[in-house]
Amino acid sequence: MDTFLLSRIQFAANISFHILFPTITIALGWVLLVFRYRYARTGLAKWMEAYMFWVKVFALSFALGVVSGITMSFQFGTNWPGFMEAVGNVAGPLLAYEIMTAFFLEAVFLGIMLFGARRVPPWLHILATFLVAFGTTMSAFWILVLNSWMHTPQGYELRDGIVHATDWFAIIFNPSMPYRLGHMLLASGLTVAFLIAGIAAFRRLIGDREESTLTQLRFGLILGAMLIPAQILMGDLHGLNTLDHQPAKVAAMEGNWETGPNVPLLLFAIPDEAARTNHAEIAIPSGASLILKHSADGVVPGLNDFVAEDGTVMHPPVAPVFWGFRVMVGTGMAMLALSWAGALLLWRRGADALPRPFLFATTGMAFSGWLATLAGWYVTEIGRQPWLVTGVLTTEAAVGDVAAPMVMATLMTYLAVYLALMIAYIGVIFHLAKRAAAGKRPTREEPRDAPIPVPAE
Amino acid sequence: MTLDATTLPVIFAALMGLSILLYVILDGFDLGVGLLFPLATPEERDRMIASIGPFWDANETWLVLAIGILLVAFPTAHGTILTALYLPVAVMLVGLILRGVAFEFRAKAPLAHKQSWDRAFFCGSLMTSGAQGFMLGMYVMGLDWTLFHVAFAALTAGALTVAYSFIGAAWLILKTDEALQIKAVAWARGGIWGMALGLGAVSLATPFVSTRIFERWFSFPEVVLLAPLPLMSVALIVLLWLSLRHLPSKGDHFAWFPFAGATTLMVLGFFGMGYSFYPFIVPEQLTIYEAASSPESLKIILVGALFVLPMIIGYTVLSYTVFRGKATNLSYDWDR
Repeated sequence: MDTFLLSRIQFAANISFHILFPTITIALGWVLLVFRYRYARTGLAKWMEAYMFWVKVFALSFALGVVSGITMSFQFGTNWPGFMEAVGNVAGPLLAYEIMTAFFLEAVFLGIMLFGARRVPPWLHILATFLVAFGTTMSAFWILVLNSWMHTPQGYELRDGIVHATDWFAIIFNPSMPYRLGHMLLASGLTVAFLIAGIAAFRRLIGDREESTLTQLRFGLILGAMLIPAQILMGDLHGLNTLDHQPAKVAAMEGNWETGPNVPLLLFAIPDEAARTNHAEIAIPSGASLILKHSADGVVPGLNDFVAEDGTVMHPPVAPVFWGFRVMVGTGMAMLALSWAGALLLWRRGADALPRPFLFATTGMAFSGWLATLAGWYVTEIGRQPWLVTGVLTTEAAVGDVAAPMVMATLMTYLAVYLALMIAYIGVIFHLAKRAAAGKRPTREEPRDAPIPVPAE
Repeated sequence: MTLDATTLPVIFAALMGLSILLYVILDGFDLGVGLLFPLATPEERDRMIASIGPFWDANETWLVLAIGILLVAFPTAHGTILTALYLPVAVMLVGLILRGVAFEFRAKAPLAHKQSWDRAFFCGSLMTSGAQGFMLGMYVMGLDWTLFHVAFAALTAGALTVAYSFIGAAWLILKTDEALQIKAVAWARGGIWGMALGLGAVSLATPFVSTRIFERWFSFPEVVLLAPLPLMSVALIVLLWLSLRHLPSKGDHFAWFPFAGATTLMVLGFFGMGYSFYPFIVPEQLTIYEAASSPESLKIILVGALFVLPMIIGYTVLSYTVFRGKATNLSYDWDR
């Protein structure tokens, strides 16, 4: 394998691993603020217990997000020096603003939020929790501004092949930014909703009778049921926006080769890029035209429009985009089914009488948000290829000149570390759930009056 | 002073220098605490973690800011330096990952795994400090992979690692008491030679790598004007050595001195390096003026930085004030 492909796999591995954790912390910060505020207002122990449990998951996820994020900021230089050399004048200030307005805010107030509860007045603790949540969201804002600009760049001019910023308002509010930001924030909310519901369901299954667990189960299911319709609507709007600005990506998502009306919606197909056709199609007639153009004879772009005269393919690889899209939408539909069934069961039977098969299904969906988020990012990022910045810089032009075996060696190391951490992370969340379900205070391992009850717990 | 292609690179080089300096001091003591882990008992380890728990995350952010400024203000230098240091950067990143996550996992994973995560915490700290020291050595030698340069970089890797463990021990002297404090004084006594060796090696080697740097230091009158820098460093090392013989003192007087002294040493060393290498960002190859981004983009960042940096410093001070005093009783719990 050559340096280019290895570098791509390496960056994809890093960014895939990284995004899992911000996806949790962005929304979990706000959920913790709700728990913390509810406790301050009602004084009910169940809210504090919910806070105490999820703040541990937050701290763990935050640490994983920070360390994998640092890795990426270095990899811009080690593997993709051409990126900053070509578009640094736009990407630089956006990244700088992310560090200055978000990273320090969240990192400093995280210390107070985690360990300061006994040292600062309640209002300052609540304020610290708010600032951490605000910081994670600001971070998401800046990075999605940059990512969206890479998809739909504007507000710049090229001088000697180097991008120079001309209009910062146009750069920040580029056409795809509002949709991508909304889509990602909702994805984070859904990921957290299903995680909270899933872990609470698991605790019910192993015999947890705490009132707090029921509250969390209810909270997660209802949050999920409320967010999923909004996400479906937002996804549709984002798709229409992509159709306007990146038609080749939409063509790959639909697996549509020829531009024309009455394009079917493919439920299943095996795209074949060599033969430029699909095998084993299962389709709903005119479905894609209906969704994208809101009329059966709406014209949908096809992939064959994006092949140059000399045969150069200027559209993304079809199969991963096509399948990524189906995994994302399929997971979303499963989320809709589960959360609405859950809402109905909550209404009919109450949280303490949910049937066991439903609890099993909810536990199984605990990490469904991760699957949908990753699949969605693969669709949009692979869908931008062969461009790194649409129409400005190809991915191949940005890769650094590092010996392939060196990239291979570091890639293997990262993969091994990430795999181990992934297992440890999921294992620890279930371990914390079991410990909480057993009604064991986490400090039990230490003598009650020990001077230090499990630091940095 | 107008903000243009001559002043902006200097301002950003200064900002980046400040970030690196703050990082080396602040994460230096976090990493040092990790390096001292194998020497401590399990109970002492909990207390050591408690002394850095609320801070480490923000401390590491200074590295992100430093690399961020290099990335955004000097993009060509970012590419050149990081491609040349590909392997040590990878080692450092894996180290930072291990260190950062072990922090959380050691207290949340099943008790049986705690020792393994402690080991990961130590290994992560060791990989990070070693890799940073190695990069320092390679940078001083001009980012050129020859056998001699690698040997020198290996020396600075060892020296920076011991120096970090020294500042870590100095931090523990400040933040702990009783048996652990006594132990920390002994660790600091063992580590001070690393600090001296590291400073000495870099200071002696730098002028001989390039005649330009040699001229800067040893021509007249510079050699006289600059003399206070090495003299102060030597005096400070002697003072540190003497203070460590008398610590811990009754009433805990001067427990702050080793940490303050170590910090001052790092500041002095840093200014010496800055003086040597200016105006180059890639030694003897690329100046900050050649590597800088366009003035328009730098101005946009500067406006934000002038507004945000005082706020960052403000809430950093708030955090250190909230968690002032001896490190005890660190937990997520409140009223129970």
